[in-house]
Amino acid sequence: MKKLLSVQQLSKFFGEQLACDDIGFDLYEGEVLAIVGESGSGKTTLLRCLAGLLPPNHGRILYHGKDGRQVDIVLASEAARRNLLRTEWGFVHQDARDGLRMGVSAGANIGERLMAIGDRHYGHIRSSAEQWLGRVDIPISRIDDSPWTYSGGMRQRLQISRNLVTAPRLMFMDEPTGGLDVSVQARLLDLMRGLVRDLGLAVILVTHDLAVARLLSSRMMVMQNGRVVEQGLTDQILEDPQQPYSQLLVSSVLPV
Amino acid sequence: MSSASYNFAYLSEQTKRMIRRALLKAIAIPGYQVPFASREMPMPYGWGTGGVQVTAAILVPEDVLKVIDQGADDTTNAVSLRSFFVKTAGIATTEATAEATVIQTRHRIPEAPLTENQILVFQVPIPEPLRFLEPRETETRKMHALEEYGVMHVKLYEDIAKLGQVATTYAYPAKVAGRYVFDPSPIPKFDNPKLDHNPALQLFGAGREKRVYAIPPYTSVQSLDFEDHPFEIQKWDHTCALCGSDDSFLDEIITDDKGGHMFVCSDTDHCRATQEQK
Amino acid sequence: MPQAVSIQNLHKEFILHNQGGTRIPVFSELETEIGVGESVAIVGQSGQGKSSLLKLIFGTYQATSGSINVLHQGAIFNVVAAAPHEILSLRRSTIGYVTQFLRCIPRVAAEDVVAEPLRDRGMALDEARNEARELLSRVNIPERLWHLPPMTFSGGEQQRVNIARGFAAHFPLLLLDEPTASLDAENRARVMTLIEDARARGSTIIGVFHHADERHRVCDREIDIGQQAK
Repeated sequence: MKKLLSVQQLSKFFGEQLACDDIGFDLYEGEVLAIVGESGSGKTTLLRCLAGLLPPNHGRILYHGKDGRQVDIVLASEAARRNLLRTEWGFVHQDARDGLRMGVSAGANIGERLMAIGDRHYGHIRSSAEQWLGRVDIPISRIDDSPWTYSGGMRQRLQISRNLVTAPRLMFMDEPTGGLDVSVQARLLDLMRGLVRDLGLAVILVTHDLAVARLLSSRMMVMQNGRVVEQGLTDQILEDPQQPYSQLLVSSVLPV
Repeated sequence: MSSASYNFAYLSEQTKRMIRRALLKAIAIPGYQVPFASREMPMPYGWGTGGVQVTAAILVPEDVLKVIDQGADDTTNAVSLRSFFVKTAGIATTEATAEATVIQTRHRIPEAPLTENQILVFQVPIPEPLRFLEPRETETRKMHALEEYGVMHVKLYEDIAKLGQVATTYAYPAKVAGRYVFDPSPIPKFDNPKLDHNPALQLFGAGREKRVYAIPPYTSVQSLDFEDHPFEIQKWDHTCALCGSDDSFLDEIITDDKGGHMFVCSDTDHCRATQEQK
Repeated sequence: MPQAVSIQNLHKEFILHNQGGTRIPVFSELETEIGVGESVAIVGQSGQGKSSLLKLIFGTYQATSGSINVLHQGAIFNVVAAAPHEILSLRRSTIGYVTQFLRCIPRVAAEDVVAEPLRDRGMALDEARNEARELLSRVNIPERLWHLPPMTFSGGEQQRVNIARGFAAHFPLLLLDEPTASLDAENRARVMTLIEDARARGSTIIGVFHHADERHRVCDREIDIGQQAK
């Protein structure tokens, strides 16, 4: 299995306020890593640092690109980082409106990445958009509709397909099911499981919901107050948590 | 005859220098919007202050100036700006495209092909082609710098998806020298091909937005399109009612209140010249 | 000849930090070896750690100390010290695990639950489903249930789906935790046949079996946790 991401001693401060401290891990192709923690644990800040959206104060993030080259995300130019986020990476926001162009049709949303990398054939762009709508269970008849007319769950699926059209290897997801009705969440999670497996995606997923982590992830990182309390295999942390905070978190989940 | 109370062409020499510096930068980076310190002019924003400042900065006493508005030399605005320059610079003026050395225009490019000895100055309202989809100036600057133009084709895609064809008929975006996407000002897309490899120097001034940009002579200007929906110019089923021209941009003129209309060349000089030839 | 599994000085206890640091010891100083192709039954009193041992080998439980060396694609990996991606690789191609209870992922059809280990190895959807259906037949799950999610099945049916899933792909090392619990005699026999087939294919089997006759039928020997550890 090829290594995708190597994170070393990553730290981020806002003035005196510690957001995340001394984070380190490696991510391999096809792995889904859930970063779990309660509000204020620093997990979203960490995610944004990893995706190159926020400059860390300390540490390295090395990405092993499709072409075999190693990119130091912290030192890379803004152009390089923005390009990665449009091609080999994806970012799914908690609120789909942050990850979509609400003013243009669904088809244009999906096609934008293709147009950005130079696709100049309308017919091809449209058929790719149709294909990806189908992949995320959105009726193709909605291709020309604006995302304003979509439900929350549909918008989220549209956001996911918009990211997938350039076959990214690594997806960052920030509470992708947050704010959705439970049945809608369930459907989305099923979709994501299938896509991760079928496309061999690696995912770094921030969530406060252990059930989401259990369903989607193979690895887990528990954060508290900006620090990694425990990390390991998801089933191991959920069934045999070693650290006090992890034990507390796991035991706090209400069984259904 | 210039009035003694104005500097030549109204602007101070230092101001003209500042604008020329900006223009040199614009010519060095074709299609790139260069900020400049737009001045208070004796006409309001929205009435061509950008074009006027560019013209004022480049005029020399030997110049022959033509001013057109929507292709016509005799509209109120064209007449007004032309007499402004007569008053402040005392230069000769003309309505004949071939005789002009500097042509200031709003919303058209003359039909007559231009030469290396001519400069075309465009009046520009909104210089930023990305503004419609991205309201933040900080973001559009980044997009130009990083050549992130996917969103321009998104607009064209939307048109085709909704209307079956690209709906933009004027201010049609184009790529300059294979690098910057620019807004050619609200000229009809009919005129876009004239931008490409034009022997004349083409300068663009936006007074309210405080930007100038330029297309040096013989520079490639490619209108954006799709392979399977190529760029097309407008066509009419009519010829000019006055001169019979079948390859110029036609305006539709309403002649009475019973729906009577006729199609006439928008470029008045071209129409006159074609009539004289017959 | 490397052993399939070699355990040295294995020590496991639970420390409940939020209950005043209460310690629950499971076992300590466990030493044992299992050769390639052997079929071994783990026996011992209730609470001595039979299931825990399987979970430790699989990596679901974290050992307190000691080593668990597993033969994987020609090399030895110490599960206790292995990196997560290494354990995931072990689970994908070497160690199969039939748990006592099917953890039901809702809304996934039985045939897809069973097909999953094959899909993880890259098999195409249709082919994987066909193999899954074959296995479901072998454990006597009727065709009308194949496309339904197992959440609505009876306990016995769920367990049979679980078993089918465990035997869908060939694993060189199979961990079986009370695979026949909640099954009637006829279905128990079917499961025994599946285990024998796996043995015949060369798999190493480590199992916890409730019934002595099952142990005698499919296992070469027994490992008594009470004797191998403290």
